[in-house]
Amino acid sequence: MAINPHNRGPLRTISVLVLLIVGLYGLLGAVSTWGTAQRTPKLGLDLQGGTQLILTPKLDKAGQQINQGQVTKAVDIIRARVNGSGVTEAEVSTQGVGDIVVSLPGTPDAATIASLQKSSQLRMRAVLVTGSAAPIPAPAPTATPTRTPTAPATSTPKATGTTTTAPKSGFPPALSAATTTPTTAPTTAPAPAATPTAVPPSATPATGAKPKNASDPAWVTPQLQAAFDALKCTSNPKSVEAIVDDPSKPMVTCSSDGTEKFILGPAEVNGAQIANATSDQQTTQNGSSSGQWEVVLNFNSAGTDSFCTVTSRLVSLPSPRNQFGIVLDNQVISAPVAQASLCAGTASITGSFTAASSKALADQLKYGALPMSFKLQTEDQISPTLGGDQLTRGLLAGGIGLLLVVAYSLFQYRALGFVTISSLLIAALLTYGLVTLFGWSQGFRLTMAGVTGLIVSIGIVADSFILYFERVRDEVRDGRALRAAVETGWGRARRTILISDGVNFLAAAVLYVLAASNVRGFAFTLMLTTIIDIIVVFLFTHPLLSILANTKFFGQGHKWSGLDPKRLGARNVTYAGRGRVTIAARRAAAEGTQS
Amino acid sequence: MSSFAEFGNDLYSGKRSIDFVGRQKTWYTVSLVLLVLAAAGLFGRGLNIGLEFRGGSEFQVASVTNFNNFEARAKAAVGTVNPGANVVVTKTGTDTVRVQTEKFQSTTLSDNVKSALAREFNVSANSISANIIGPSWGASVSQQAITALIWFLILVSLVLAAYFRTWKMSMAALIALAHDLVITIGIYALAGFEVTPASVIGFLTILGYSLYDTVVVFDKVRENTQEAIGNGRLSFSQAANQAVNQTLVRSINTSVVALLPVASILFIGYFLLGPGTLLDLSLALFVGIAVGTYSSIFIATPVLADLREREPAMKALKKRALRYQAAQARREGGESAGGDSSSQTGADGDDSSQRDIARVASGGGTSATARPIHPYVQTGPRNQPKRPPKSKR
Repeated sequence: MAINPHNRGPLRTISVLVLLIVGLYGLLGAVSTWGTAQRTPKLGLDLQGGTQLILTPKLDKAGQQINQGQVTKAVDIIRARVNGSGVTEAEVSTQGVGDIVVSLPGTPDAATIASLQKSSQLRMRAVLVTGSAAPIPAPAPTATPTRTPTAPATSTPKATGTTTTAPKSGFPPALSAATTTPTTAPTTAPAPAATPTAVPPSATPATGAKPKNASDPAWVTPQLQAAFDALKCTSNPKSVEAIVDDPSKPMVTCSSDGTEKFILGPAEVNGAQIANATSDQQTTQNGSSSGQWEVVLNFNSAGTDSFCTVTSRLVSLPSPRNQFGIVLDNQVISAPVAQASLCAGTASITGSFTAASSKALADQLKYGALPMSFKLQTEDQISPTLGGDQLTRGLLAGGIGLLLVVAYSLFQYRALGFVTISSLLIAALLTYGLVTLFGWSQGFRLTMAGVTGLIVSIGIVADSFILYFERVRDEVRDGRALRAAVETGWGRARRTILISDGVNFLAAAVLYVLAASNVRGFAFTLMLTTIIDIIVVFLFTHPLLSILANTKFFGQGHKWSGLDPKRLGARNVTYAGRGRVTIAARRAAAEGTQS
Repeated sequence: MSSFAEFGNDLYSGKRSIDFVGRQKTWYTVSLVLLVLAAAGLFGRGLNIGLEFRGGSEFQVASVTNFNNFEARAKAAVGTVNPGANVVVTKTGTDTVRVQTEKFQSTTLSDNVKSALAREFNVSANSISANIIGPSWGASVSQQAITALIWFLILVSLVLAAYFRTWKMSMAALIALAHDLVITIGIYALAGFEVTPASVIGFLTILGYSLYDTVVVFDKVRENTQEAIGNGRLSFSQAANQAVNQTLVRSINTSVVALLPVASILFIGYFLLGPGTLLDLSLALFVGIAVGTYSSIFIATPVLADLREREPAMKALKKRALRYQAAQARREGGESAGGDSSSQTGADGDDSSQRDIARVASGGGTSATARPIHPYVQTGPRNQPKRPPKSKR
């Protein structure tokens, strides 16, 4: 069958669209067969039931800023917590400026919610007592609890040099000045005023004795000692979580690997005072790399002062009270020995680090440094029954809306209405495929707001067809033959469609970027359908109309084609010069006045 | 139907013309009254602020079968857990009871309320949705909405100014936009609709839609006025008015088509779903799209015409157009006395060109050989572009 040469161009355009759709669904089929994608769009919690929590970082000080890196890290921390609580399929994402959205299927218990909100505080506390948490040794500390030296000391290497590495398991690593300012004699720490307590540790504190500073063993009350004795780090991780981390009080806790337990003094440096933490290879004095990994800490000015005070005091204390516990989420992640009084605002932690472990510690120090606890903004529990209801009713609304639009366009545009319908179907096909695909690749979930956006977009997509058709009708009224009318009309409508879709897209994009609520899905679907609208109009509606213009039914303006020149009031073509034709109706008016 | 098509044809050809631009004072007055009403509503009655802005708890009990005395029962159920709490109970949709109350201190309390409600209404706890909202939630949403609004306005005025190559169009569009927004919010205040974050998002979406309509009209205005500037037959206002008339059918159609799906959501939302994102969004959109259509026709274009008419070039164009139209009318009056009854100096440019043809058809329609001559044979030279004499250029 010979193809009408006029149709070749349009057919080529349509075949591009067909390729696009086949490609889209091919990809979708491939990833759902061999990958993890589903064949239907992923549904949001409000449609399938579940709980959505929106957490906002709670800041200690007003005017404090949160940067993207901190939020990303916070998301990681929260994700780890959610997964740790045994919930599967939980999703954690950021939204808007700093909000974190946690979506959980089912209903989480209060403890889970509380554990999510919990701050991720990093604090530095002076070590008062250490003990092995390993179950094997007999609990030596029980007999002489307060005598710290008798506690099974974890062979603390007495500060001998800055680069001393701890022999065992990284505990306790040496804390020294950053290698950029190599400290020569760590033991020369003056620590004059800050070491008022050269108190012999044997002194069992009277209960009423007021501790003089954070390293004072007087902090260790019998209650605290009992808690310390009872603490088992290995058996139950929950027991660590239950510990209250009050910065003004001493605390009992475990090391993060569960091998040691500590009694720690009140917090003296907090995470917010750490400006930066990096992992690096240690450099020797002549600047070459030693192959030893270290973590370099930088403090802000407040941090520098307090850190200076603390290290100056610790450096002269006996082991283990010369150690410094870095506590993150109630667990001691590192307890380096202070080897000097460090007042330069930088410090380095050395020890038996590998590249990975030093990086991990640096990250913990840097981002654990968030003064972030979270405020529960909203908690949305959607029962699965209600969600299902919402979906069916939303789809019902969409169906009715579509039907109304179809009816109206058939009424207004007769057979041309079928072009609208087929274009809408193509748009629906593309939308379904893309939404499903985005569900797989971007984790996009269709929420009620998203469904609303899709329904609203039916009207907006159909609008661009109307713009086009009306333009073509205008040209027909001007007396052009249909084929010419379609081309000229398209040339003019195209511009209008592009700018008006552009404005819509802009509105949706601004909403998407800045709106921080579950209505974001609405903006996303609006954005998506605006693009799909342009694709469909360019690759389908216009070529289709060009082809139809060559048919007898449309080309000759059948009464039901919607492009009937008679009904549109165009009776005669009159060339008026300069590439324009006059409107036939004017002539009709002229004839009217004549009679 | 056919009359509607006819209507469209007449508007296009200029046979029928509604004076949108010329009677701008009327529209401005109407809008002013609406704006005053909106402001009165906003400051007098105030907005009905939703739970999200106040903070509180909301429970939705689904698939309730027994609605006897449900308000008192729900209040009693909440009262067992939290006596003296302020409880608002509404029936939403066909089988859902919505219970709103103040925020609970702990999740256990809200769980207790949930189970109390479940017992009272004899449904499983599974079919109760609980929603606990901190008061700062709504505030942060509005904060972001305002940021979004400002960004949108800046971007859109830049885009429009770049597209239309004149900042006046973008200003007229923004005036129409502000007008829409204020009236929509005013309607919310007057009708006492609840304002939720979803409605706020709806308001923002209206911005896009209102502009969409305005842009469609302005595109035609630009086309027509360029032509008018070229041939000097119409003043800016007349050309703009013609553009509005020609796009009227289009505006009506696009608005109807955009409103239909929104209306169906509104319908379903109101009768089957009850309050929620869907209803809030669609209500805001429905009101906004309707107001947006009105403003793009009655406000945006007249404002634009007013702005542009002040330009010296446009004043010159107006003079030129008036001269042209007066000349047309004079010629017509002189040559075909009484041939065309309407002799007002064209408020509508199309009238004048019609008369032009009419004159030809009625006046010198025959030649010496008494054979009818095609009108354009005679009108030829007059159809050439008229250049004003050098002194007047």
